[in-house]
Amino acid sequence: MTYAEQAENEALHEPKSFLTRYIWSQDHKVIAIQYSLTAIFVGLIALVLSGLMRLQLGFPGSLEFMDPAAYYQAMTMHGMIMVIYLLTALFLGGFGNYLIPLMVGARDMVFPYVNMLSYWFYLLSVLVLIASFFAPGGPTGAGWTLYPPQAITQGTPGTDWGIVLMLVSLALFIVAATMGGLNYVTTILQARTHGMTLLRMPLSVWGIFMATVLALLAFPALFVSAVMMLFDRLLGTSFFMPAIISMGQPLEHQGGSPILFQHLFWFFGHPEVYIVALPAFGLVSDLISTHARKNIFGYRMMVWAIIAIGVLSFVVWAHHMYVSGMNPYFGFFFAFTTLVIAVPTALKVYNWVLTLWHGDIHLTVPMLFALAFILTFLVGGLTGLFLGNVIVDVPLSDTYFVVAHFHMVMGVAPILVVFGAIYHWFPKISGRMLNDRLGRWHFWITFLGTYAIYFPMHYLGFLGMPRRYYAYENYEFIPQSAHDLNAFITVAALLVGTAQLLFLFNLAWSTFKGKPAGANPWHANSLEWQTPETPPRHGNWGRKLPVVHRWPYDYSVPGLAQDYLPQTISDQQMAQLKSGQPPASEQPAAERPTGPGDQR
Amino acid sequence: MATESVTNPQPPGLRGLVSDWASDKDAFKQVSWGKAMMWIFLLSDTFIFSCFLTGYMTVRISTTADWPNPSEVFALTIAGQSIPLILIAIMTFVLISSSGTMAMAVNFGYRRRRLPAALLMLTTALLGATFVGMQAFEWTKLIEEGVRPWGNPMGAAQFGAAFFMITGFHGLHVSVGVIYLSIVAFKVLRGDYERRGNYQIIEITGLYWHFVDLVWVFIFAFFYLW
Repeated sequence: MTYAEQAENEALHEPKSFLTRYIWSQDHKVIAIQYSLTAIFVGLIALVLSGLMRLQLGFPGSLEFMDPAAYYQAMTMHGMIMVIYLLTALFLGGFGNYLIPLMVGARDMVFPYVNMLSYWFYLLSVLVLIASFFAPGGPTGAGWTLYPPQAITQGTPGTDWGIVLMLVSLALFIVAATMGGLNYVTTILQARTHGMTLLRMPLSVWGIFMATVLALLAFPALFVSAVMMLFDRLLGTSFFMPAIISMGQPLEHQGGSPILFQHLFWFFGHPEVYIVALPAFGLVSDLISTHARKNIFGYRMMVWAIIAIGVLSFVVWAHHMYVSGMNPYFGFFFAFTTLVIAVPTALKVYNWVLTLWHGDIHLTVPMLFALAFILTFLVGGLTGLFLGNVIVDVPLSDTYFVVAHFHMVMGVAPILVVFGAIYHWFPKISGRMLNDRLGRWHFWITFLGTYAIYFPMHYLGFLGMPRRYYAYENYEFIPQSAHDLNAFITVAALLVGTAQLLFLFNLAWSTFKGKPAGANPWHANSLEWQTPETPPRHGNWGRKLPVVHRWPYDYSVPGLAQDYLPQTISDQQMAQLKSGQPPASEQPAAERPTGPGDQR
Repeated sequence: MATESVTNPQPPGLRGLVSDWASDKDAFKQVSWGKAMMWIFLLSDTFIFSCFLTGYMTVRISTTADWPNPSEVFALTIAGQSIPLILIAIMTFVLISSSGTMAMAVNFGYRRRRLPAALLMLTTALLGATFVGMQAFEWTKLIEEGVRPWGNPMGAAQFGAAFFMITGFHGLHVSVGVIYLSIVAFKVLRGDYERRGNYQIIEITGLYWHFVDLVWVFIFAFFYLW
């Protein structure tokens, strides 16, 4: 019995009504859009929260309701939503769902029903999270890292309901991510089309694949710490709670280990950085190659770098804990691994630059975002080298330098890729182009604006301005210039935040009124641009699955009039192209690849 | 095409390994989607149990109070004799035996003998239910002796916390497995898989079941024997 033909044998369920087609849909493309819209919606909440925080920091007292408790709640929810409910969900649930089956030539995910459940669990987790805003006492204000003991002791905002809802929501999110992740990994490993070897997959798929593997192995640590903290909070156990005197009274806890939580949290938390970064690496590689009309430089090295980063990301977690009081000798090890992980990461940056080198660069909106990503990631990565060293990290710990670093490297940089990728793939999703002029305005305001926000923060960090403070008045060591800088940052942040309305308007307007895009507006090679219909219908490929003959990076092949060569073009068709005949548009049904020997 | 890839020799060494893994369509030949997915899920679940056990070991070291002696806490008095760990020993025996009946069910399934396959699966489920029943008895006994998640008369509070959390989470897995086994056994009996004649679903169920047993071995070693 052979299982390799499962893709052909598997019966595809056909949606019959509006409800099963668009709401309870099992189609990966609809699920992807559901995921993306939900993620963007919560992302907007987090964006508004950051604006409120910035107003308090730049113009203290300008918002009446912004007391210290509200500030901490806004800060906590901003961080948690941005990292998990926006970026993770958007990259894996959104782009992963949409692109994986199309890019590897599958009709759908391997288990569409589980995939659908994944979205509904995600939506449930989002609803629980939002419910905490309306719960008595409000959402938790423990900081996005939720460190115990303060996360569950009186005095922190939201210890009644907020923290419980937060932890329940996280657990639900992990269930959703696991159901989705199992689908993505199995689809990539086992459901590729004819001729699609692993080393012919677009780097987008590689990045999402490795990120999903990380998610499947790292989220368990968060799940376990959420369960244990829930027990500490609800049952009065002492997993994370040492003996504490609070307000002169001993608490009913003793003997727990707060540092255990930090280890568990960062065993999840550091891979989480790469869960966000690796899909961004992958997507941006495809953007750069397509819009520079040049094959990606060092494809195999790029793949190995993704794998190496994934593996190494599990042994660097305690570099978040240099000042936690753990054994100082650990610092040696984790500083070492942290600097080692910079090697494959730098390799990727070099390869992006070398891909651009002598390329036919089209400064389209997706390309602008991709170039901005390289710059931003470089800046954020370099400050990471500072913070990875124990000696430099200790004085900079918990200052605005850290805030600037991680916002640059895992906030702004991935978001730039998200924007670039949306501008790039929107024509496939909707059949229409996004408005170019609006896109350029959106790009320049976002790109320059984020630098106006985060560059000064590096300086504030060197001044010693601590992060997570509600107000900075009356500190001797903070000069007036720092306050002025804070006001400047706030203005820039509000501008950038408002500019996102341009993007939202563009999305809404272009969905209905945009210029029709055609099947392949960017002249790209990868499979998703070769679907029979645009946008692709349920089942993606019509009657026959596509057959893949080459890698997705055959741009500007010498001797060809057209500067791209889709993955579905066989060598025979290429010869016809070279001799000047138009290639047969229909795939010959009898055509089969010659086997694993014909790499590329 | 399939024959061609068999006759086509891979390059030697690491390159061969990579091109074999990366080859056409699927990385794991002769593995169905369901089976691949179950393996990947179990890998993820392994990390959950590892984190639970690591957490338990850490709090056991960090707590300042004395850790209760499992040999005494989990002893049963039978005929006037206090026998340490007797209930746990029986529970472990039952669960390991259920792995045996499960393996036999897989064998009969592949031979398309539906009745023995289904009966053996139901036996497995029954043994699993027995395990959960004995665990409920153990919980009841400890609760009557005053063990609570937040404290106990024998020593460190973390003892009860870790005990209820880890055995509870494992018991939940066994209970889910019992339900899962029963459903698949019912569908095997009804002949749902006759259309394709493919009984791999029994093996997939079995993978989950063996995993749950294996986890118990670690819980047994780290919690009861340490």
